[in-house]
Amino acid sequence: MIEQTALQIGQKIKQKEISVMEAVEASLMQLRKSEPKLHAYVTENDKIAERALKIQEGITMGRYDSPLAGVPVAVKDNICTKDLRTTCSSRMLADFMPVYDAQAVENLKRAGAVIIGKTNMDEFAMGSTTETSSYGVTKNPWDETRVPGGSSGGSAAAVAAGSAAYALGSDTGGSIRQPSSFCGVVGIKPTYGTVSRYGLIAYGSSLDQIGPIAKDVADCAAVLEVIASYDQKDSTSVKRDDMRFTDGLSEDVRGMKIGVPIEYLEEGLQEDVRESVVKAAAMLEQAGAVVEYFELGMTEYVIPAYYVIASAEASSNLARFDGVKYGYRAVNYEGLHGMYKKSRSEGFGAEVKRRIMLGSFVLSSGYYDAYYLKALKTKKLIKKSFNDAFEHYDLILGPTAPSTAPRLGESLECPLQMYLGDIYTAATNLAGLPAISVPCGVDKYNLPIGVQFTGDCFQEKKIIRGAYAFEKMRGTWELPFMKKEVC
Amino acid sequence: MTKQYESVIGLEVHVELATRTKIFCGCSTEFGGAPNTHTCPVCTGMPGSLPVLNKKVVEYALKAGLALNCGINKYSRFDRKNYFYPDNPQNYQISQLYLPICHDGWIEIETAAGQKTVGIHEIHMEEDAGKLIHDEWQDCSLVDYNRSGVPLIEIVSEPDMRSAEEVTAYLDKLRLTMQYLGVSDCKLQEGSMRADVNLSVREAGIKTLGTRTEMKNLNSFKAIARAIEAEKARQIELLEGGKPVIQETRRWDDNKEYSYAMRSKEDAKDYRYFPDPDLVPLEIGDPWIERVKSEQPELRTEKMRRYQQVYQLSEYDASIITGSKKLADLFEATADICKMPKKAANWIIGETLKCLKEHNMEPEELILSPQHLARLIQIVDKGKVNQNIAKDVFRSMFKADIDPDDYIKEQGLGMVEDPELLTNAVAEVLGEYEKAVVQYREGKTKVIGFLIGQVMKKMQGKADPGQVGEVLKSALEN
Amino acid sequence: MSNRLDKEMIEHVSILAKLDLTETEQIQAGADIEQMLDYIDKLKELDTAGIEPMPHIFLVRNVFREDEVVNADASEAMLRNAPNQSDGQYQVPKTVE
Repeated sequence: MIEQTALQIGQKIKQKEISVMEAVEASLMQLRKSEPKLHAYVTENDKIAERALKIQEGITMGRYDSPLAGVPVAVKDNICTKDLRTTCSSRMLADFMPVYDAQAVENLKRAGAVIIGKTNMDEFAMGSTTETSSYGVTKNPWDETRVPGGSSGGSAAAVAAGSAAYALGSDTGGSIRQPSSFCGVVGIKPTYGTVSRYGLIAYGSSLDQIGPIAKDVADCAAVLEVIASYDQKDSTSVKRDDMRFTDGLSEDVRGMKIGVPIEYLEEGLQEDVRESVVKAAAMLEQAGAVVEYFELGMTEYVIPAYYVIASAEASSNLARFDGVKYGYRAVNYEGLHGMYKKSRSEGFGAEVKRRIMLGSFVLSSGYYDAYYLKALKTKKLIKKSFNDAFEHYDLILGPTAPSTAPRLGESLECPLQMYLGDIYTAATNLAGLPAISVPCGVDKYNLPIGVQFTGDCFQEKKIIRGAYAFEKMRGTWELPFMKKEVC
Repeated sequence: MTKQYESVIGLEVHVELATRTKIFCGCSTEFGGAPNTHTCPVCTGMPGSLPVLNKKVVEYALKAGLALNCGINKYSRFDRKNYFYPDNPQNYQISQLYLPICHDGWIEIETAAGQKTVGIHEIHMEEDAGKLIHDEWQDCSLVDYNRSGVPLIEIVSEPDMRSAEEVTAYLDKLRLTMQYLGVSDCKLQEGSMRADVNLSVREAGIKTLGTRTEMKNLNSFKAIARAIEAEKARQIELLEGGKPVIQETRRWDDNKEYSYAMRSKEDAKDYRYFPDPDLVPLEIGDPWIERVKSEQPELRTEKMRRYQQVYQLSEYDASIITGSKKLADLFEATADICKMPKKAANWIIGETLKCLKEHNMEPEELILSPQHLARLIQIVDKGKVNQNIAKDVFRSMFKADIDPDDYIKEQGLGMVEDPELLTNAVAEVLGEYEKAVVQYREGKTKVIGFLIGQVMKKMQGKADPGQVGEVLKSALEN
Repeated sequence: MSNRLDKEMIEHVSILAKLDLTETEQIQAGADIEQMLDYIDKLKELDTAGIEPMPHIFLVRNVFREDEVVNADASEAMLRNAPNQSDGQYQVPKTVE
């Protein structure tokens, strides 16, 4: 059953072929099998049994009509879940119990979702491999010597390992799409403002979005439809007329204009990734899409602009973690500022501290204009380059990441190199665009490769259509646990 | 030869706005309340919480800006001011630096030397911090976030003031204006208005500005005046001694009457302002500004003029009455009901102010209603009670806003209606005090005063002395 | 084109960031930031004359809420995660005025 998609499981539950409890138990059994090796979760929901029973009762009474009612979900640990420990994979929040649900979680609960647990991530979402977690690394289900990607590595691994039917992740510079690519699953970052950020523990406020990670495009579209909503508690939430994303599930790409940025396929890209993406483009062309290679521009400025803006916002967003109201407070300290410094220095890991320092620096007096304002101007030009592209194209196609999953321990040696891995994804966060990553093949080590479809703002249906059609063309996709008896 | 120095003073005044809820969340701003009972994830900086702007705060800021003759910025924005302190739950304060809502205004003040215009540099919105209490027993500090997120406007003046007198006049005018607008009660003692003083000195005649210091913890007009004098003296002494004035923030201790520098190496003084990504910018178009302009209440100067014209009050009376919006409202409502503005004015300037002073109360604390005061005035006018009794009734009205008709009835204070009772009392008194009667008839007419007093005693004061005098006279002369 | 961060600057930034760094960590932080800045300097190549900074992506303006009290007493919930509290208030080391 764990091989089924979320929608299939939801359908079976609705038709009373299986009970919610059975679906949950199947996920939990898979969790017991895979967790000792993969470590995708930080916290398991110990109240899951009562929740399953409650939802089952509700379904029987006809109170839930969502296609996801009763389906088990894993939630990234930077999304607040009421009375369920939320740590951001940091020592700073080791015992933090949110007193409210994030809006996205509330939407899921109202639809009858059952939360399996909170997934591992890079600490405070800062990282691309889930190795900066204070609770240990997560392994890639395709190859346990490799990383699952980050920062939503735990969520992607949980879906790829079958211990959750789908998961929620968050994406600031690629944190949903890149781990989806590395783990061979599908992930969407919606248009900025589509999913409420209320309850998402902020990293880069102008860039963050919550999004779904699932086995296929249809699942992702269905989940996005549930979690997206206009929220008055989030001033950046956008009122959208049309959020029926599942309406985009069509195989027809005839006449769709697809642009492939030439600079995305230049040096630095792993050879089999390039081949795989070029092949995907050709398949789409075969199906009637018009594919063109073009110069997007501004690509070399994306990473510097992204890191300046993200670290600057992060340095301010993480200031609230001071040992006063919640979270870790050091034991031995002298005086108020001593308490602040010690609690933060002991509570935060190295990467987080690095970004807070960088962020504080680029905002500081004398450097604000040269770095922060400059980055904001660059952001405007990056947005313009996409606006220009979308005058001609319905979709932009490219690789999700420049490589497949690296080995554990490789990436942290050179942070700058790791940052450059965001090259294809971070631009969409800067420009607020929606994007989806779909598995398109494997490399010579049998590691999954992801292809990314990017659309203009509010064009989720277009990217879903392109991705869905491609998925159908590509054919069946087997996750590791589906191939073997034991994961 | 001693040099002549002048002090150059600018003020940063924080005004707490009287909205029902906080600036970025739906928590109550009500004063009092047990610690942390008016809090939520937003104003306590919980992870994942987000701010949403209270529209009323913008309205009130616009009213204040327009009343202070400011230009309104069509586009304005919120910025984060980053610093660590326990009363600041997010360790950043949401404020406005780069694009404040109002700019370049002015206000007229009156001092002994005459009228003066003080420039307003800008006005911006920001959130208040929580309260810190020092617990001596446990040698720690305690934080209450009830006040965190209460909306403030900060009014930054140009350095146009030159003396403590001007500063006091400026603060008075600001306070009165805010009260008249209804945007704040502006009580310095309660903290709904807070002033920081920026002061520098320079030799008389010099045009450039000296180095300025900022002074905080000024909790009364007297403290402000003392602090200004002390700081001026301190800076002059430094300069005379060839030492430079250091730009710093100083804390005023009113008990010890001195200030000390609030220097701390932990305080890097670099606030790293940047646009708050969680809030969208403000666009204030002309229609909005026009609407606020048209809804602006009458300010003090206008009201004074109108009271002189319409109610025929003297300038002096009008000035006293409009010295507080509450008093002015009470006067006007009372006058409109009883249609005797002069009498209403007298009662306000006389008994009302007297009672306020005796009870050490502010006009804002008056519970006396215009309906009852108007009624009392009518009762006296109709001759139902005399002036003395009326004052008694007034006192009870002042304390508990009692209904004067009910009170007079219950206490039996009404003047005696029956003319026979009066003639009887007069007859009795004339019988008891034959000597006085003789004296009167011999020409010592002044003794009638004594006789009136005796009749009043017999009548338990429930008679009109004038009337008593009339009846006595006619009885004596017959 | 190389950025040099002296010790004083690193100390200043760690005060802004409220972090306690050991000597080694300070040197490492300096090196890290310098490396990042060398890379970020790429932005200097870009001609942004006349370009307005873009803090917000969408031209949304004026998102408000009404001045109505919607929150009740939530003190218990707010204090639930407090590392140290006393009498319904958060307790911190003495703040020096």
